[in-house]
Amino acid sequence: MNIVVCVKQIPDPAAPQSLDATTHNLDRTGKLILDEADTYGVEMGLQLVEKAGGGEVTIVSMGSAADVSGIRTALAMGAAKAVVVSDEALRGTDALGTAKVLAAAIRRINPDLILCATESSDGYTGTTPVQVAEILGLPAVTFAKSVTIDGTTVKVDRQTDGGYDEVSSPLPAVVTVTAGVVEPRYANFKGIMAAKSKPLEELTAADLGLSAETGAAGARQQITSVVAAEARDAGEKHVDEGDGADKIVGFLESIKVL
Amino acid sequence: MSLNNIWVVAEPANGSFTTTTLELLTHARSLGGTVSAITWGVGGSFAAQAGEYGATTLYDAGDLAGALPGAPVAGAIQALIASVGAPDVVLIPTSYDGRDIAGRLSAKLDRPVLTNVTGYNADGSTEHPVFGGTQVVTARFTSEGPGIVVVRAKSYAAEPAGGGAATVTSIATGDLGATNTAKISASHVEERTGPKLEEAPVVVSGGRGLGEASAYALIEELAKLLNGAAGASRAIVDAGWVPYSHQVGQTGKTVKPTVYIAAGISGATQHMVGMKGSKNIVAINKDADAPIFQIADFGIVGDVHKVLPALIEKLKSR
Repeated sequence: MNIVVCVKQIPDPAAPQSLDATTHNLDRTGKLILDEADTYGVEMGLQLVEKAGGGEVTIVSMGSAADVSGIRTALAMGAAKAVVVSDEALRGTDALGTAKVLAAAIRRINPDLILCATESSDGYTGTTPVQVAEILGLPAVTFAKSVTIDGTTVKVDRQTDGGYDEVSSPLPAVVTVTAGVVEPRYANFKGIMAAKSKPLEELTAADLGLSAETGAAGARQQITSVVAAEARDAGEKHVDEGDGADKIVGFLESIKVL
Repeated sequence: MSLNNIWVVAEPANGSFTTTTLELLTHARSLGGTVSAITWGVGGSFAAQAGEYGATTLYDAGDLAGALPGAPVAGAIQALIASVGAPDVVLIPTSYDGRDIAGRLSAKLDRPVLTNVTGYNADGSTEHPVFGGTQVVTARFTSEGPGIVVVRAKSYAAEPAGGGAATVTSIATGDLGATNTAKISASHVEERTGPKLEEAPVVVSGGRGLGEASAYALIEELAKLLNGAAGASRAIVDAGWVPYSHQVGQTGKTVKPTVYIAAGISGATQHMVGMKGSKNIVAINKDADAPIFQIADFGIVGDVHKVLPALIEKLKSR
């Protein structure tokens, strides 16, 4: 069972975020970390490989290779190797362009299963995994809350509005996992040390035979303005001194909910 | 650009189109031009509703035989474009299947997709809330159409226009190969009582501040006393305390009740996007600096384990 897990390094969501004033791209100049949403896919991949009794997890990512500490985090968790497509020409690539790059990188690996998060925590477009599946001509099952492998079939409990569906798909397939599908492990010291010497291959767009269709020019969509949303001002705030419930009742009466 | 021809992906559910579908049909109608709806698996039985909300044609991709809709519906739209020409835009509801259809269609047509849209304008521009809804980005496509636009729930109000039934036309999904091999074998509905989360006038939501799963009973009791629905932050859904169907936020439900009570919820970006359109927001949190207080109309800095039981007692005695 060879599994590719697609991951993204993102600016730390706990730090203040902004858009570049001229390009409107997300400011990525600060430290990058492994998107927490991706740790579930990494963990799921590791568990499925362990259950299958053989194979490995390969991390595939697009983004600057100047800082790969987030990729190393995934390797420290237990992934065997990583492929990072890093190319200045890819700056500003949109979701479809990203999918083309990831699909080209995944094609070289030819895995049994491709795992992704349902969406990244910075751009949250949420379409890239399905675009990857379409480009590779594969089935996709999104929003998995449980994933098991049965021979050459992947079985998924997929979230729905009212509950969940049991979905089966032949392999190879793309599956997107929600947070909560598994509990991601913390990398231990041994894992962190081992990650330093694991293979991390850097590729350019040209290495993958891609050029004009990616990057900002290939994005074919642009941000025309960024404005502050209609402000929602903070209202009254009271410290509970045993009268908090009374105050809430008073407020609910004032807005005629009671 | 002017919009002459708008297609709306019309998602069926439980004998009706989804509310978000009706919102999109209503908005599409207001932009002028011809509105067509694209659905699957309902035959002509929804023609009246499609027409009532403004569609003149209802394209039906037929029964999907248990397949997930993403690949076959996108395939049907691609085939339809090959046969009748492309619309200016395809509007798609933000939903599990809607995002799948959008992703597939984008790759099939080699056209970009814009998601998390809360406004689609007559000049073809789109509006997107970013950074927890504190800023609004306006974007547009720079390529030739059709634009693929995925719109969030409750971006518009659904209003019938009283039009006659739409003309139903069957469409084929085409040869989809391996892409159409994911099949649903069983569906499970997680029962919940009381008003629907998306429609309730009062929503009471709990978060990690409840401390443990059993404390969620306080949220449910308070919701019941206020004739409301019980919601949850992603943190406690991920922790397995409550089913996913309770989740409010970016990847959960969008709610706009008359009053939203957030108990033990700090106010992560991903939660705020789903509830900041509420008319009134009440927050109870022991951390006075929790971001939720920045958007709350009425905040109580206190322990939910004390405030919620007291509030429940007061309401019971009324």
